[in-house]
Amino acid sequence: MRQWLRGVWDGIYTALVGMNITWRHLFNTNVTLQYPEQKWVLPPKSRMRLFMKYEDCIGCGQCARACPVHCISIKAEKRVAGSPPVWAADGTPIKLDVKVFDIDMSLCCYCNLCTYPCPTNCIYMTTEYEFATTNLNDHFYRFAKPDAVLLTVNPKPPAAPAAPAAPAAGAPPAGAPPAPQAPPAAPAGA
Amino acid sequence: MDLIYGLLPLAWPEWLKLALAAGVPAVILFTFPMALGPLVYTYAERKIAGFMQDRLGPMRVGPYGLLQSIADTVKLLFKEAIFPARVDRKLFVLGPCIVVAGAFMPFAVIPFGEKLQAMDLNVGVFYVTAIASISTVGLIMAGWASNNKYSLFGAMRAAAQIVSYEIPAVMTLLIPVMIVGSLQMQDLVKVQAGGFQNWMVFRYFPIMPVAFLVFFLATLAECNRTPFDIPEAESELVGGFHTEYSGFFFAMFFLGEYTEMFVVSAVGTVLFLGGWYSPFPWAWTNVLPVAGVEIPLGPFWLIFKVWSLMFVHMWLRWTLPRTRVDQLMYIAWKVLLPISLVLVVLVGGLVVWTPTSQGFAWDRILGPLVAIALLGYLFVAMVVAWRSRAQRVREMAA
Repeated sequence: MRQWLRGVWDGIYTALVGMNITWRHLFNTNVTLQYPEQKWVLPPKSRMRLFMKYEDCIGCGQCARACPVHCISIKAEKRVAGSPPVWAADGTPIKLDVKVFDIDMSLCCYCNLCTYPCPTNCIYMTTEYEFATTNLNDHFYRFAKPDAVLLTVNPKPPAAPAAPAAPAAGAPPAGAPPAPQAPPAAPAGA
Repeated sequence: MDLIYGLLPLAWPEWLKLALAAGVPAVILFTFPMALGPLVYTYAERKIAGFMQDRLGPMRVGPYGLLQSIADTVKLLFKEAIFPARVDRKLFVLGPCIVVAGAFMPFAVIPFGEKLQAMDLNVGVFYVTAIASISTVGLIMAGWASNNKYSLFGAMRAAAQIVSYEIPAVMTLLIPVMIVGSLQMQDLVKVQAGGFQNWMVFRYFPIMPVAFLVFFLATLAECNRTPFDIPEAESELVGGFHTEYSGFFFAMFFLGEYTEMFVVSAVGTVLFLGGWYSPFPWAWTNVLPVAGVEIPLGPFWLIFKVWSLMFVHMWLRWTLPRTRVDQLMYIAWKVLLPISLVLVVLVGGLVVWTPTSQGFAWDRILGPLVAIALLGYLFVAMVVAWRSRAQRVREMAA
């Protein structure tokens, strides 16, 4: 009899506890996101689709070497002799003509390893994640632009940063690099 | 009725004109809204399920998903009704029809107001209990005719469950009937006039609330709703008795289920919760005089109370897991039945014993106080949840 009463009490009591919980959740916040209309604001370091800014690429190929799945393929050749000098946005001189820069996003494992070695920060991951397609070839991104407008003026002229740096750095090691070669030493070392 | 009678051609036979004049308003006033009711109930059910699980429920079809149930109904109506190989076609078709008919027939005696009742039978409660069991026959027919072992399991379980739970339900039905001394629905309602402290739930304070609880649980099981939905039990039996059904016949099972929910809630309201009387003691809440015309508010109050009970049905469904078959039988035979028998004996004695034949002295105070305390707790919990939600929204905006 005692056990029976305890069972009945437990049944009613636990049901009431559960009803209390569901009642409170009835008026709680709904966590559903109405996806196509509403979207999460992703943190800026999200690792989604890769992007590469062709105008800044110096064709060093470090990203392709860092990639564990070899999804980046680069073909670069020396610029034609006598062509005007060009620079990346951070002042790195571009010595190579990047003919092919392809990223196969269907292979990409989103590890972000390619972005760290890039000396000019021209390859980076964006927050763009809606690039599903029905055709696998649409995941093959060709970033090389033959008609790209490259900077023909050094955006960071060596006057301000390199002039104080060159005498200071140039004096002790007694290295005698040509004068315009001073700026690349600073970003490469950094 | 007179209007329709006057509109009919004079040459028609008298009995046909009378039947049409009586039948058409009945269909328009009762059956049609009640048949459309499941549209509202399925939408409410899915919304409540969504909110209780912190989801949104249907949101796509129409504003806030309001047209979702209409879209589902249209989809079901246009779907092919598949007859699997070697089913018993006659029974297969007849099963859902009987389920729906059994669910709709009790509407004949449910009082929506003092005059708004199709038929005030002098055996009203008896009629309801007799008719409501018919849908079980339909379930067994559907399960047997499907030629499928899961359907047959479901039908057998449904039969066992409904037969078991009919007994405590009827026993607790008897208690108000004993107190009032009548099986007529209007008599049962009229003793509960004058505010919610006169409701039958609060008579004999600790006794009638328990009787109402037993009645509620037993009728919940009779509707085959979770936590007692083992006849359907989609995780064990695919779909129980409606595994093989599709299209319109499948929709009929849902129509029957939701209508039966309405019916048992209406019977519970009539017997225990004051029927079509308003919960307030003021007379104008029952009959509202507007510009000389007296508008009876009975249907509004009855449907309000019935929907509240149906909300509790849905609330329980999204709270509790399904019982096992043996637990189900345990609850019916070893818990609800003894309690209801004890209650019948107790109330019988109290009704006969002269000092308590009108209820205990503290009836009008204690029961309402407990009810108000419960509702107040729910209200406070609601407000707290609302405030935490508002705070969360502010945090997300910041």
